[in-house]
Amino acid sequence: MNKYPSWLYILVLVIFLTGILLALPNIYGSVPAVQIADTEGDAYGEPRVEEFVELLSDSDLVPEAAYLDDGRVVLRFDNIEDQLQAGDILRDRYRNMASVALTLTPKLPGWLRDMGLSPMSLGLDLRGGVHFLLEVDMATAVESRLKTYQQDFLDRLRDDRIIARIDDPNQGVLLVRVRDEGDLEKARNIIRAADGEVLILDGADGRSLRIRMSDTQIRDRQDFAIEQNITTLRNRVNQLGVAEPLVQRQGIDRIVVQLPGVQDPNRLDDILTATATLEYRLVDTDGSSPGSRRYPGREGMPGQMLKREVIASGDQIIDAEAGFSQGQPAVFITLDAAGGERMLEATQQSVGKPMSTVFIESRRESTVVNGEVVHNTVRTEEIINTATIRGVFKDRFQTTGLDTIEARNLALLLRAGALAAPVYKVEERTIGPSLGQDNINRGFSAVKIGFLAVIVFMAIYYRWFGVIANIALFTNLIFIVALLSLLQASLTLPGIAGIVLTVGMAVDANVLIFERIREEIAAGNKPQNAIFSGYEKAFSSIADANITTLIAAVVLFALGTGPIKGFAITLSLGIITSMFTAIVGTRAIVNLTFGRRRITSVPV
Amino acid sequence: MRLIREKTSIDFLSIGRRRVALAVSAILIVVSIASLATRGLNFGIDFTGGVLLEVGYPQEADLDKIRSLMADAGFEDVQVQRFGAATDVMLRLPPQGEGANPNQIRDSLRNTLAVDEPDVDLRRVEFVGPQVGEELTEKGGLAMIFALLLIFAYVMFRFQWKFSLGAVAALAHDVIVTIGFFSIFYLPFDLTVVAAVLAVIGYSLNDTVVAFDRIRENFLALRGVSAEDAMNTSINEMLARTIITGVTTLLVLTALLVLGGESVGPFSIALIVGIVIGTYSSIYTASAIALTLEVTPQDLLPPEDDPDLVDDLP
Repeated sequence: MNKYPSWLYILVLVIFLTGILLALPNIYGSVPAVQIADTEGDAYGEPRVEEFVELLSDSDLVPEAAYLDDGRVVLRFDNIEDQLQAGDILRDRYRNMASVALTLTPKLPGWLRDMGLSPMSLGLDLRGGVHFLLEVDMATAVESRLKTYQQDFLDRLRDDRIIARIDDPNQGVLLVRVRDEGDLEKARNIIRAADGEVLILDGADGRSLRIRMSDTQIRDRQDFAIEQNITTLRNRVNQLGVAEPLVQRQGIDRIVVQLPGVQDPNRLDDILTATATLEYRLVDTDGSSPGSRRYPGREGMPGQMLKREVIASGDQIIDAEAGFSQGQPAVFITLDAAGGERMLEATQQSVGKPMSTVFIESRRESTVVNGEVVHNTVRTEEIINTATIRGVFKDRFQTTGLDTIEARNLALLLRAGALAAPVYKVEERTIGPSLGQDNINRGFSAVKIGFLAVIVFMAIYYRWFGVIANIALFTNLIFIVALLSLLQASLTLPGIAGIVLTVGMAVDANVLIFERIREEIAAGNKPQNAIFSGYEKAFSSIADANITTLIAAVVLFALGTGPIKGFAITLSLGIITSMFTAIVGTRAIVNLTFGRRRITSVPV
Repeated sequence: MRLIREKTSIDFLSIGRRRVALAVSAILIVVSIASLATRGLNFGIDFTGGVLLEVGYPQEADLDKIRSLMADAGFEDVQVQRFGAATDVMLRLPPQGEGANPNQIRDSLRNTLAVDEPDVDLRRVEFVGPQVGEELTEKGGLAMIFALLLIFAYVMFRFQWKFSLGAVAALAHDVIVTIGFFSIFYLPFDLTVVAAVLAVIGYSLNDTVVAFDRIRENFLALRGVSAEDAMNTSINEMLARTIITGVTTLLVLTALLVLGGESVGPFSIALIVGIVIGTYSSIYTASAIALTLEVTPQDLLPPEDDPDLVDDLP
């Protein structure tokens, strides 16, 4: 009685040692570092590390450690001065090719790094940074798709010589009007053939059709818009050079962006939510092309009639760099192959004719109508320059007509890609670094003192068994830290609160067991029997109690966001690990110390 | 060492005491609901939307001066209060209109405060749009109802529906009284408090289930004893454990309340109140309701073998 088979002792020991190993990275602290990542998102290889180190050695800068981490190069420095200097040098040398971020990095010895271990990642409230919650304008995402349909259907109808008009989308509906009643069925078939999924309804007057997207199409379109926006936002954040950014979908139409260490959200803001892009169109000089439209000019520039066909637009731009051309700020553009072909064709046919560059930006505006706030996205399109095509060109050219900052931001935005639908900010939180450090200090002192109070109480109350429970409690803390490090779930202040709560609740299992042992002794059982049945009989209570708490924690995790999630994670982890340490862990120690022996009393 | 006598035999569940306990609970609930209905909750910006600033001054902050500075700068309805230390101040502004640009507001707030003290440190700035808050209220309520339903199902599966109803009623009681406490004392109610209330559900349930577990065991062991006596014995047997776990948990929460800083204050208070109430409710309310529903030992006994089968045996 009261002994484990040796394999079980070994298993407990192995689990214990694994926990210590996983938690180990947390004791080393952090040092200043420079993180370099490829702006295109390609992974760097070993030669890059040497290249960077060599470049820095020219300025007598020697990183304390230099290594690859997940395709990025990390250079660690002993002090912030070296870090800043190295950051400047690298940024100068690799403009637009690499994103250089200053950060704090754990000072792990190489062998731990090689094992792929890392410390817990700290949430924004513990290390400072900026948190944005962006909402994607889904109505606009759907509308822009409808506009594509509008153009496409109109072209197809005209190809079949049907005289028709399609109104701009209104409340998710495209209204198609044919001139001759007899063409209606033909038009319906053409549209049906072009897209089998859209819903085609009869209009009121027998000469029109109402077209709307099916629910599946709308959902697909929304998912696409969100995914596309996340990719674009990731690219933009990477261009900015922020270490360890987080860009994540939240719910149906929201995106969370967290940028640790960033202190000034002003510039970020413009860049994250900006929708600026460019379009190149030919000027309709004699007003002969169908579908031409008048575009306003920017400050002092004359407006122009521009042709319907877009020669090239923002999504065909693969590279853009800001600079100066003849003393004026300029953006140097590189188009993809298809865009290059179109540009070549257009310029070949139109040498000597004017072409305009249209700058397009969407902005969200809210107005109060009948006491309700109504949002709509206002799209401004303005001509930033019109120039005569002097020669044939293809995929590389330049655009002027912006100021320096606009040119720089536009270049960044064009490089990162356009947003599929406009986003606007519904939440912004900035946490200063001093507050983060304060939160860490406060949180840890609460854990420390709370833990101390509990172990003193347990040791006095349950004597030797209390000490065993304390060992289990300490191990439990190590396990929580180990699992948080392994899962890389970020630790937040509510997360620390969850740990504190776990410390108080984790002893519950041991209290149940020890009280049961006391009862068994009071009932006149022999010590070994009392220990045995104490553990056996308490088990179902412990399991029930923990499972019910776990249910609450899992619901919290599933439905909660932000602070609630952080709390739910540590609470659930704590419950799971405490089941192991309080039942199996303490039993192993009790068995080792009291099993197989004749004992006359139980120190409980 | 013992905090209470080894063998207690307090009569928790006699019909008279049960009535007192149910009356106390009823009063607590009525007062809570009345306060929630009339006073409401002091919702944080997580729920209402708005702007929150945490500001650090190099020396003790002059709240009146800050108030007048803000008023002069045209910010209306600004709440200014100390946040922990005398040098720390929290400012709260109502939502600044949908189209308002957070950048301009932040700069303007910074400039306004810097008039008085150039070294002012904006430690935390939060903007929350009003639509986020509405969703949160919905989601928080949903989370609680969902948790209660799941727990009801689990307790029913492990015990029986009368216990399930007792447990869930006790939990609803804990939730209402804890939230009511926040309403009566008008303490700030933010997202972390919602998390704390859900943790209270977990904790209180823990207590209740442990008691139920012992009740089931005693129903089996003490055949022939009335349900009331068996339940009373069980609660007495678990009393030491209930109190000790309560003490250790309250110990760490007190540490969190005192040392954890202002931002976890409401969270700690919610847990402390909830755990005290939860301990009370798992002793009195949960079992009392099960008893009122006339729970009998038979409800928990394994089904008897079919007597017809026994007849065939030699």
